[in-house]
Amino acid sequence: MLRKSQKFASLLVLLAAVGLATSSIASGHGDEKHDNSRVPLPKHSITKGDKCVEPTDVMRKSHMEFILHHRDKTVHQGIRTKQHSLKNCVNCHADPETKSVLGKDGFCESCHTYAAVSIDCFSCHTDKANASKQTMRPIDAIGQKVIAITGGEK
Amino acid sequence: MSVSRRDFMAMGAAATAGAAIAPGIRLIELAQAKSPEEAVTAAQRWGLLIDTNKCNKGCTSCVDACHTENGIDHEQLKGSDATKPQWIRKVEVKDPNTGYEHSLPVMCQHCQEPPCVDVCPTGASFKRADGIVLVDRHICIGCRYCMMACPYKARSFEHEDITGQKEYAPRGKGTVESCTMCVHKVDRGDGTTACAEACAKEGHNAILFGDLNDPKSEIAQTVRSKATRRIREDLNLDNSVRYIGI
Repeated sequence: MLRKSQKFASLLVLLAAVGLATSSIASGHGDEKHDNSRVPLPKHSITKGDKCVEPTDVMRKSHMEFILHHRDKTVHQGIRTKQHSLKNCVNCHADPETKSVLGKDGFCESCHTYAAVSIDCFSCHTDKANASKQTMRPIDAIGQKVIAITGGEK
Repeated sequence: MSVSRRDFMAMGAAATAGAAIAPGIRLIELAQAKSPEEAVTAAQRWGLLIDTNKCNKGCTSCVDACHTENGIDHEQLKGSDATKPQWIRKVEVKDPNTGYEHSLPVMCQHCQEPPCVDVCPTGASFKRADGIVLVDRHICIGCRYCMMACPYKARSFEHEDITGQKEYAPRGKGTVESCTMCVHKVDRGDGTTACAEACAKEGHNAILFGDLNDPKSEIAQTVRSKATRRIREDLNLDNSVRYIGI
């Protein structure tokens, strides 16, 4: 016969299991539903180019390895080929409106959210296409004074 | 026809000289712009020569250019000025005996015996084959040993989240960063750095960038003909950044 404390413990385990099951069912109801799936499917709107640098199934499975090898070659040996560079990924796959691969429907983020894999790339790398061609931040009060004094010349 | 031993030797010498000066044949291959798929080699050794006599007190165009080029925006950061990243800074020095004052830019000195590389526990701090000292921020754990080891106070720790990075200059929270000698420009074959460009644009021409290994480059010729010094020469770190007038 089970002792009192053992009974209590088994009841707790049962309660926890029931709780987990209900919460996982609840979380399955996403905001959007596609193809009767419980989880919103990632959106892949490809606007640029005919095909990727590798076949799609290869890229889906191994894109992280391509970027990993390329980053080491670039940083340590100065090899800056375009084929597997992150910069090239972003320039091609960025959303034409937001110019970014992040965001709800962003090429990288939508799929990574679906797969529940966090992306580390963009805490350091820019997620924007052609980031260096972007305009600078607006001129502030100090900048205005400098322009007034120098007449805009450096 | 008989040839004396002396004549034979003379003919041989002439033939060798001819081969050496024949067009297209060089004993030492000249430095050329690297194609993107080529790895950097020790054939080049990039360096900077700073003439402090030409450097103006109060002028910060090299610092500003560095910030613009590498996407460093101090106004974006909330922390104190002491913790904001500083890849290049202007230092004012004064000789207490004579009262002579001058100012000079100090950045990573790109040592060939770098203490930051010696102390790095992960191998993130490294020296490229062409002499540029860099941080591989993919493997930097942000321990800041390199910052303690550097005698030039050249490295900065990134304390805050950053947005709006340049595509060629990734930077992020929790890692150490420093002057890269504009490595993206070097690899592209620009033949200059943002600071040297800005200094020349201001008309000071105090910063000269070039290949110390190429005997024909301006920097190599200048260091051969003028007295140059390195900061803390006593440490024998073999810096790639040299100064005139200190």
